[in-house]
Amino acid sequence: MPSFVITEKCDGCKAQDKTACQYICPNDLMVLNRDLMKAYNQEPDQCWECYNCVKICPQQAIEVRAYQDFAPLGGNVIPMRGSDAIMWTIKFRNGSLKRFKFPIRLTPEGHLGDDPYKGKPEPDFSKLKGPGFFTNPARTE
Amino acid sequence: MEKETCTFSFCARPEIVEVETDLLLIGGGMACCGAAYEACRWATPKGIKVTMVDKAATDRSGAVAMGLSAINTYIGENKVADYVKYVRGDLMGIIREDLVFDLGRHVDDSVHLFEEWGLPIWKKADDGFSLDGFQARDQGKAMLKDGGTPVRSGKWQIMINGESYKVVVAEAAKAALEYNRKATGMAQNLYERVFVVKLLKDANDPKRVAAAVGISVRENKVYIFKAKAMINAAGGAVNVFRPRSVKEGQGRAWYPVWNAGSGYALGMQAGAELTMMENRFVPARFKDGYGPVGAWFLFFKAQATNALGQDYCANNLEETKKLYSPYAEKMGTAIRNHMMMMDMKAGKGPILMNTHTAMAELAKKMDAKRIKHLEAEAWEDFLDMAIGQAGLWACKNIEPDKVPSEIMPTEPYLLGSHAGCAGFWVSGPGDIPGTPAEWSWGYNRMSTVKGLFMAGDVVGASGHKFSSGSHAEGRIAAKAAVAFILDDSGYKPTIKETADEIAAELYAPYEMYEKYKTYSTDPLVNPHYIKPNMLQARLQKIADEYFGGVSTWYMTSKTMLEEGLKQLEMLKEDAAKLAAKDLHELMRCWENYHRILSIEAHARHILFREETRYPGYYYRGDFLAIDDKNWKCFVNSVYDAEKLSWEFKKVPYVQIIPD
Repeated sequence: MPSFVITEKCDGCKAQDKTACQYICPNDLMVLNRDLMKAYNQEPDQCWECYNCVKICPQQAIEVRAYQDFAPLGGNVIPMRGSDAIMWTIKFRNGSLKRFKFPIRLTPEGHLGDDPYKGKPEPDFSKLKGPGFFTNPARTE
Repeated sequence: MEKETCTFSFCARPEIVEVETDLLLIGGGMACCGAAYEACRWATPKGIKVTMVDKAATDRSGAVAMGLSAINTYIGENKVADYVKYVRGDLMGIIREDLVFDLGRHVDDSVHLFEEWGLPIWKKADDGFSLDGFQARDQGKAMLKDGGTPVRSGKWQIMINGESYKVVVAEAAKAALEYNRKATGMAQNLYERVFVVKLLKDANDPKRVAAAVGISVRENKVYIFKAKAMINAAGGAVNVFRPRSVKEGQGRAWYPVWNAGSGYALGMQAGAELTMMENRFVPARFKDGYGPVGAWFLFFKAQATNALGQDYCANNLEETKKLYSPYAEKMGTAIRNHMMMMDMKAGKGPILMNTHTAMAELAKKMDAKRIKHLEAEAWEDFLDMAIGQAGLWACKNIEPDKVPSEIMPTEPYLLGSHAGCAGFWVSGPGDIPGTPAEWSWGYNRMSTVKGLFMAGDVVGASGHKFSSGSHAEGRIAAKAAVAFILDDSGYKPTIKETADEIAAELYAPYEMYEKYKTYSTDPLVNPHYIKPNMLQARLQKIADEYFGGVSTWYMTSKTMLEEGLKQLEMLKEDAAKLAAKDLHELMRCWENYHRILSIEAHARHILFREETRYPGYYYRGDFLAIDDKNWKCFVNSVYDAEKLSWEFKKVPYVQIIPD
């Protein structure tokens, strides 16, 4: 399902150096038309439908429309990603709806602060060349 | 054809950015994130600089960018030796058992870190049902490292709420890099949106890598990273074969569509020895949307049948044993594909995953609330990792509790971390009894090229690592790379190529386009050059028709391979005429060159191995059986990027873990 941008909702991320969707797309698909200040997917047939642009868009201006070479029209999947959970709304071609909510993380973003090794052991350089990580020795059986 | 050169007479000359570092991490997926976390801990007190270069944004790069619904390798209550036996059985008997054992004894530590960093892991409730990450927390269930009980979908798999799996893992990797950057005084050590195109050898030692060069996909810049050691974790290859989708749906590859074989191409061009590149993976997945089937088989206990309601494995096992015993009896992934396709070829398709009967069976033991939870679990399996499959079901009015869904084998993929093992021959840990001494040359996961380490999808003969194993393997490689750097502290990387030469080579497709674009009224149709999407289309067609893609039911042979390789050689020559209208297309040009090298290695390996080791993944029509007498061995090769030549050899397989 290639992502698409709803013209009315996209504000081009208000002329920041890049849009949120440009920042996140793993396949470098999203670009900003600076004349119109609207983003678009420049290569729909290379879209993995990972939904990262949909999830990150501050205007909720991006959705996904199913790949028309195998999907009938009319279905839709919309996420709302919060700080610790995600809500999904699935609309079927026949109009029926399903909603789900799932956890996404149990820590606040940035929880590691500036020390990702807080509470972790110092590296023991006498063990640099054997098995095991700085955190724990390898399992033995 | 006339040779073109880039003199920047037509396209803009890029700014050259030279970065000197000690350890360079190429890639940003699970393996490189693991490498960053482990490396920075060991490197920082020694003043060793660690730098990561990722072609995307690390929060959402690599194969886990969308998320995952399960962690497929967690040893837990099992034995590492049993993990080795399982991987060996699934990969038709030929794996590097030292590497797989080493992976198994390390992997759980990474899973424990993920949980600590906030990844929600399902836990078993006191009544035996499953709790999601919130419920488990609210009920005070212990973490895995403290003895908490995960929800197993299979013997090795655990269920997670994994929408933000990569975000959580990337956060730790980025924090580790920042910790190293501050302590070592680098201006920057995470380069996102920089695509590494090739590795350069040391000017004084042709057996050693000294630099990685690449392009920014956003700015007119060429990067030259000089490093004492590198970890290549740039992933496997997708869309090298013609996909089943005919138009825009080819973006919905099973494996991430951005993995262009760069991991293989980078190592090959540096002269690193490959192993088992004949291997491939053909996942049987929900048709078109390529949603995962693992949880349906293992967790929901669904049965897959042919359209007549028969078990295709039961139908075909006896026949399959005739050619593929004793491997057929292990019922590995390839063998199950093979038996499915036997029924498909007999016209007994479509093959159906009977989701509705599985859910009805499970619901018998549940109250309404639990049934609702079960339905959510079924949908989450897709929404966490193959959202498009949920969309496809919505478009087709498919509710899994009401009707079955079609499954089908996909186009082939090249990778080494899932149920495949195509990659590089690397040094093992060296401390596992029974391992041949020559399988270890001092530094774990170092390739046959000095200073070039491998992790994740590009380590060969060691599949079934999945996300957690790739992270752990990145850590293993990182620790060894730090040891390597410390042992050789006087080394200074030098290259013979000038910055101008490098820029000219990397920007050649850009120059090509600018030089000729006005020759025709439509720059898309122009006799002077080939655009990357057309080169990719030709590559896919050659691979599909000659190297055993879907259009021949994965069948090939010596004569077919040789014809295909002839056509591939012309395609490789044509790659010198690739044309890019912008930086995005410049990336696509080099990605597709990486695809060419990956598929060439694959085809030549299949040609060398005169048997059908992986029925269900591919067939040699001229050698249709498994031939253990002659081919129970590794096939290794080395590519010479200057002479465009190949050397092949058999390497004896050694069983380390008894049956």
